[in-house]
Amino acid sequence: MSILNIFSQVEISHYIYLSTVLFCIGLFGVLFRRNAIILLMCIELMLNAVNLLFTAFSSYMGDSDGQIFVFFIMVVAAAEAAVGLAILVLVYRNTRSTDVSFLDQLKG
Amino acid sequence: MQNLPIPFLVLSFLTILSALYVVTSKNPVHSVLALIFTFFTISAHYVLLNAQFLAIVNLIVYAGAIMVLFLFVLMLLNLSKETEPVKSNWWGISAAITAGCLLLIITAAFQVSGEAVAKNPVEGIGLVKALGKVLFTRFVVPFELTGILFLASMVGAVLLGKREKGNDALISKEELNG
Amino acid sequence: MLTLMIFLPLLGFVINGTLGKFLPKAISGWLGTAAVFGSFVIALMSFMDLTGDTTMPERIYTKLFTFLHVGNFHVDFAFQFDRLSAVMTLIITGIGTLIHMYSIAYMHEDDGFYKFFAYLNLFIFNMLVLVLGSNYLMLFFGWEGVGLCSYLLIGFWYKNVDFGKAARKAFIMNRIGDLGLLMGLFLIYDTYGTFEYQDVFKLVFAGSAESNAVNTAIALLLFIGAMGKSAQIPLYTWLPDAMAGPTPVSALIHAATMVTAGIYLVIRSEAIYALSPIAREVVMWIGLATSIMAALIGLKQNDIKKVLAYSTVSQLGLMFIALGCGAYTAALFHVITHAFFKALLFLGSGSVIHGMHHEQDIRQMGGLRKKMPITYLTFLIGTLAITGFPFLSGFFSKDEILMSAFAHNPLVFGLALVSAGITGFYMFRMFFVTFHGTYRNTHHSYDKVHESPLLMTLPLLVLAVLSVVGGAVNLPHYLGESISGGLHHLLSYDGGGQFSPILMYPEHAIELSHTAEIGLLVMAVSVFVIAFLYTRNKYVTQGAVPESDEAQAGMGKVLANKFYVDEAYDTAFVSPIEAAGDVVGNYVDDKGVKGFVDGFGSGSNFISRLLSKIQNGNIEYYLVYMVIGVALLLAFNLF
Repeated sequence: MSILNIFSQVEISHYIYLSTVLFCIGLFGVLFRRNAIILLMCIELMLNAVNLLFTAFSSYMGDSDGQIFVFFIMVVAAAEAAVGLAILVLVYRNTRSTDVSFLDQLKG
Repeated sequence: MQNLPIPFLVLSFLTILSALYVVTSKNPVHSVLALIFTFFTISAHYVLLNAQFLAIVNLIVYAGAIMVLFLFVLMLLNLSKETEPVKSNWWGISAAITAGCLLLIITAAFQVSGEAVAKNPVEGIGLVKALGKVLFTRFVVPFELTGILFLASMVGAVLLGKREKGNDALISKEELNG
Repeated sequence: MLTLMIFLPLLGFVINGTLGKFLPKAISGWLGTAAVFGSFVIALMSFMDLTGDTTMPERIYTKLFTFLHVGNFHVDFAFQFDRLSAVMTLIITGIGTLIHMYSIAYMHEDDGFYKFFAYLNLFIFNMLVLVLGSNYLMLFFGWEGVGLCSYLLIGFWYKNVDFGKAARKAFIMNRIGDLGLLMGLFLIYDTYGTFEYQDVFKLVFAGSAESNAVNTAIALLLFIGAMGKSAQIPLYTWLPDAMAGPTPVSALIHAATMVTAGIYLVIRSEAIYALSPIAREVVMWIGLATSIMAALIGLKQNDIKKVLAYSTVSQLGLMFIALGCGAYTAALFHVITHAFFKALLFLGSGSVIHGMHHEQDIRQMGGLRKKMPITYLTFLIGTLAITGFPFLSGFFSKDEILMSAFAHNPLVFGLALVSAGITGFYMFRMFFVTFHGTYRNTHHSYDKVHESPLLMTLPLLVLAVLSVVGGAVNLPHYLGESISGGLHHLLSYDGGGQFSPILMYPEHAIELSHTAEIGLLVMAVSVFVIAFLYTRNKYVTQGAVPESDEAQAGMGKVLANKFYVDEAYDTAFVSPIEAAGDVVGNYVDDKGVKGFVDGFGSGSNFISRLLSKIQNGNIEYYLVYMVIGVALLLAFNLF
């Protein structure tokens, strides 16, 4: 049971635009922010944008595969966040800072 | 924009606004909180889209677990507005331009290739029952694999977080600079 | 048989070249000599076949294999033994044998003994290919081969840098002539479509006056080749320098055989030259100029071998005068007699050098006639022959040339007579200074001077006899019709009309009255007598000795310095080319090409250093690159 039947009014293109805007905002955050934690958060934002799109398509096309995929994306995001933060803590212990620009040892 | 229903407009507006605040806020705690709010709005979108299960799961997993984790780490590292590294302005402009380009390209891609998607609403597609059926029949193997994935990440996280012998506890920033 | 005759010396070359180091000197030397002697015997037998009583074929022809066959271009590796090549072959192998024998004694102490005989055999092989080839390409093959052997043998004592330079000079000058020869050959093929002598000459004879310009061009180009090989102006300066080689080499190559290759070429191409009066005139005047100039230079030379070298150049000029006047028989006659007495003179000088322990300056000699009687006697005969002592071989051949010159153009006769006179002067000068008078050497005592061993004096004696009786080959008319003109008849023989003779065109018949002939004869003999008396007076009676190098003055200095021709060539050709080579070597090659190639290396180095700045380890930059990459990918897919 749907709360509101929006299919007649909202086209899929609107969801596409919304998702894309969110994705690009997250991308901007990834490029702009120096703090590693904020960086990881912006990545989560990008993932969520994609989730939104998947769900929209799944609803519009009546195919539940999209939502299953969202499920798995969430799984992976959770695992990745956990491990990523653990690494981040380790880095902090070594360099006393979360600034990613300090991690430039792998130079050409 | 004309015929869009009000809830959709409002929700979208709120989502984008809070996302912007996430990326631009100087205070990391504010960023985290804004992100939580973003997740809330996205969950509302899910509800609009007839994906109720995902809406709840989104809230529980993302807003409830992952963001709390982020907050914990923030507290642990005692990051605040003063310790935030600052980037020069031109960097921000170029990042914005880059992101903007991608936006343009994807939009253009859609414009060029956009075919109308056949609308085929199915009742109750987002309910637990329907999803569960699909999940445990067609996607059972990936499902099991996610279990292993979690196991791996748990082991990894624990190992990484372990303190080595003789390694001090985190010292405060004052001790570092003093 | 023909093949055996030609390849016997090649076999000698191979054996001496590969095994010679391990063979004792006697075997190595006699092996080489035997190879050439074998060729001589076969040549003699074949000559009998050709001129015997019963059937007298035009030629003996052997085709070995198809040399080249590309599309329409077809050349055979084939030999022909006809009357002209028979004469040349007999000379080459006959005198070759004598010189091989001589070398066994002369080169006795040399370490490269076996190499010397290998090279000599190789030379004989190439010379035989040259004269026995049945087409122009075989001639060219042998031509180049003898040029190579000349280089190898001149620079035989390779440890001396100057000798190496002389060898290179000979080779390079030859090459310049060869360019002309090659272009002549191209033109022959272009005009007549074949290289085979028989076919070409038939076509030339048939074409007659139509393609005269082409024939003139061919004749001139071939003559340029002859200029290089037979040392005419302007390509003659290599021959005096070639005296750096051992004396047997000078005798064989630069007197008797190789330098006559040019003459052979012109005689062989008689059909072409007959149709081109212009070319003949050119040949004659160049021969004349060379003859006089070389004779003048010879007047002031003090090295035994150098005098003989310039004498060779001068005599070759005389032969070309004959060719230019259309007297091919006379030229070939002089080739034969010149081979006899010039080889004799060279071997004699070798004997003197050997006896004087390698002294070559005639001012350091004198009074040798008591100590080296055989050498003295044979040298005297050789000198008399070359200067035209009556009834010796040189007298007859030179007179025939002078007479044909008179018939053609009396001025030419006069100048040629002058050249003959100067010949007398410088030859007797050398003879008297070397053998008469008092012993002047300051390095070796008179007692150490000795006569040469038998192996060296025997060839001298044989050649002396030949120099005396060699005139019988082609006696002049006034001595009687039945015994005269042997060579002429040989070259004009046409088998009773069955084939075309060597000389396709009736020779410019010497239609002088007997009185005119006798008159010219008297003039020639009187010139000889004047030369003899003057030099005898100056060098024997007065005991004059040629001046040292510093005391030369005026015209004498110019002559002694060979008219400064070598210096002129150096300034005009050698130095600019060397300078150009310097420029190319140091700038074009070193900086240009090397810089270009190095530029690739340094360029890629530069670019890589530039690009490596992208990898600065900074995550933010990497993220931006990633995004840009994705954007580009999408964009490309889009459009």
